[in-house]
Amino acid sequence: MSDKKPKNRRDFIFTATAAAGAVGVGAAVWPLVDQMNPDASVKALASTEVDISSVKPGQSITVVWRGKPVFIKRRTKEEIDKARSVSLDQLKHPEKDEDRVKNPEWLVMLGICTHLGCVPLSDKGEYDGWFCPCHGSHYDTSGRIRKGPAPINMEIPEYVFLNESTIKIG
Amino acid sequence: MSDNNYTPNSKIGKWFNDRLPLLTLANHLTDYPTPKNLNYWWTFGGILTFCLITQIITGLVLAMHYIADTKLAFASVEHIMRDVNYGWLIRYVHANGASMFFLAVYIHIFRSLFYGSYKSPREIIWILGIIIYLLMMAAAFMGYVLPWGQMSYWGATVITNLFSAIPFIGEGITTWLWGGYSVDNPTLTRFYALHYLIPFLILGLVVLHIWALHVPGNNNPAGIEIKKPSNDTVPFHPYIVVKDAFALLLFLIVFAFFVFYTPNILGHADNYIEANPLVTPAHIVPEWYLLPFYAILRSVPDKLMGVIAMFSAILILAALPWLDTSKVRSAIFRPLYKQFYWILVIDVLILGYVGAMPAEGLYLLIARIATAYYFIHFLIILPVLGLTEKTNPIPLSISEPVLAGSAMATKSLEKDKIENNLKSLG
Amino acid sequence: MKKIANILILIISILLIQNHSFSAETHKFLKTEWTFKGLFGKYDRASLQRGYQVYTEVCAACHSMQYLSYRNLAEPGGPEFSEQEVKVIAASFEVLDGPNSDGEMFMRPAKLSDKFVMPYDNVEASKAANGGAYPPDMSVLAKARKGGADYIYSLLLGYDDPPADIKLDDGVYYNKYMYGNKIKMSAPLSDDLIEYSDGTKATKEQMAKDITTFLMWSAEPHLETRHKTGFRVIVYLIILSILVYFTMKKIWSRVETKV
Repeated sequence: MSDKKPKNRRDFIFTATAAAGAVGVGAAVWPLVDQMNPDASVKALASTEVDISSVKPGQSITVVWRGKPVFIKRRTKEEIDKARSVSLDQLKHPEKDEDRVKNPEWLVMLGICTHLGCVPLSDKGEYDGWFCPCHGSHYDTSGRIRKGPAPINMEIPEYVFLNESTIKIG
Repeated sequence: MSDNNYTPNSKIGKWFNDRLPLLTLANHLTDYPTPKNLNYWWTFGGILTFCLITQIITGLVLAMHYIADTKLAFASVEHIMRDVNYGWLIRYVHANGASMFFLAVYIHIFRSLFYGSYKSPREIIWILGIIIYLLMMAAAFMGYVLPWGQMSYWGATVITNLFSAIPFIGEGITTWLWGGYSVDNPTLTRFYALHYLIPFLILGLVVLHIWALHVPGNNNPAGIEIKKPSNDTVPFHPYIVVKDAFALLLFLIVFAFFVFYTPNILGHADNYIEANPLVTPAHIVPEWYLLPFYAILRSVPDKLMGVIAMFSAILILAALPWLDTSKVRSAIFRPLYKQFYWILVIDVLILGYVGAMPAEGLYLLIARIATAYYFIHFLIILPVLGLTEKTNPIPLSISEPVLAGSAMATKSLEKDKIENNLKSLG
Repeated sequence: MKKIANILILIISILLIQNHSFSAETHKFLKTEWTFKGLFGKYDRASLQRGYQVYTEVCAACHSMQYLSYRNLAEPGGPEFSEQEVKVIAASFEVLDGPNSDGEMFMRPAKLSDKFVMPYDNVEASKAANGGAYPPDMSVLAKARKGGADYIYSLLLGYDDPPADIKLDDGVYYNKYMYGNKIKMSAPLSDDLIEYSDGTKATKEQMAKDITTFLMWSAEPHLETRHKTGFRVIVYLIILSILVYFTMKKIWSRVETKV
């Protein structure tokens, strides 16, 4: 089975075949991978509209968006002032309160501790904001991390005020 | 087999191989001496392996989205078809894949019948194959129940009721199979569990099937024993690998045509109607690959005897190595057997056709004749033929056909015959 | 190569025999041109949009389409209404939601993600309202009937006076294409029954064609992608087969046996 012929053509046909085969295998694998991504019915639920007309100052409600809790807090004047009076160099993850809200009265954020994904308790902790019971992260009235293992502030989802009483999240 | 002495080149390879001889196995598989005259009918073993893997992978994916609950099963299949990314593709590949699997397995079986591959020393390979085939039918049947359409439900009802034909304990067995007094949620969930399990049993048996094959080596179109390795053989890799790949691609073109252009033609429209225990569809027909056996079942007027006939039709194959008494393997050298072989092929196709037709009038008569012939072929024709048939001279090896049976080769007439035979070997 | 051709012919003929045996007793259906048939078949968007209008104005009073969501109407490969249009369509339906914070269920306008509103709460209610016959859910109807689109099209136009030897009970109608020729749905379509918003003349045939196209889409919403992908896959497989064929020839040229 010795093959002493010039190798060019042989190599070309072998390489072309192997390359074409590899492309096909790759194309066949993609559907098998992509089927685990969110499907069309899940994506359709990607935005939620919330009626906030019944929330009184100081109260907060929790709504579900993409299977995750979203805190919608109507903050009192004091709480807003408290959040705005903190100087940025005291913060582990410096962010101005003004950048975290669209309307100072309403704080809308993902109610998930950025440490390992637990849901923090409201009106608890050393900074009167939120406290995560899992590993003791303290958040202030703007949802910023102040103390504990969490690396960053609680996340702000995309949202818009459709009118005075409705927020659309997502 | 000579590969027992294989030593890897690299040090790490040697270290690993001494502890787990995977490299020896790989070397055995690549060097495995294969008869060089295998024709394209021999590529279906590789195609079947591909089918099994495809069914397992697509099935695993479908299981991530399917819900085995009578209230949700149908809707979850629609969810797969509509919303899951590429769900329609994966389900159609799985559903048509079952048909393709059976198509390939029937070709594989009939290749065996033609070239006498079931004969000594390959009986165990053959019997393992029959068990795989039985498990395939069980898996296909249970898989068909899962979408919980009308055919799913009524197919499950009819097939499980077959067991009620068994005297005394039959009723108990069906109730046990159902986990209730009719096909219902417990039946669906257990069928789902078993449908998931069986392919892995098949996979295990396939390993044994190939293992058993590698002991005597492949049969070949000439049906003669050959020296391995020799002039008559080529290493499995790359010769057989590339040939199998080519055949697989042609098979995939047919497969793709069904999946993309007529994905539902091999199924039944009624299975897109959600199961309704109060209404039986006007026409109950199993999937095409079970039709011959369905015809045998219906051709016998007695319930118990019908069931026995149907199962015997499959189990009789297991006795085939002993029913066929001929010393010559390949039909190429058995002029009479070759004709009976083709009659059997036609007989099975006829059974498949009448299995899809209503069991009445002429169809029933044809089904009865075809059923009778099926059993006559295996029980009477084969044993008698093996003892009485005058076979043609067999070549001594694949490479040196002209010397074959040199005593007879002097007669020019005989010689022509041999040459013709060898031509048909490809 | 001759052998391979033989094998392929055999495979295809076996499968065709099987298909033939399934379709052996099909009736001659009415013929019409479907744009979605064939290798490159696509749905006719305008027809789909009109078909949706026929569904809502004629069929939806009795027939549910429980697997469809309003968002589907805007998805590619379907009627492709604009998202704004579909929002308006959805908002014209009321769906039950809840419980709200007071623990009560409430009605609200439907959203894109909602399923089509059903005409009856359950199968029993639909039977009670229709003289004991259940108007089948139409989401997959086009795949659930032998003959598919041709059957539905023919059935819609197949109403006729019964032959003299057939006696019909009250609420039962004669239809040439129905299994057993008796159907409990009265002829649903008549000329100018509705007024198409795109100005097309609403003949019986036109409406039957549009609603059938719509039902075909609802049964096979990914048909266009399927056809497109299928063509690419088969072209790819043919190219790869040719490449592998030459590779094989090259490799086997080292031994004198032919492949």
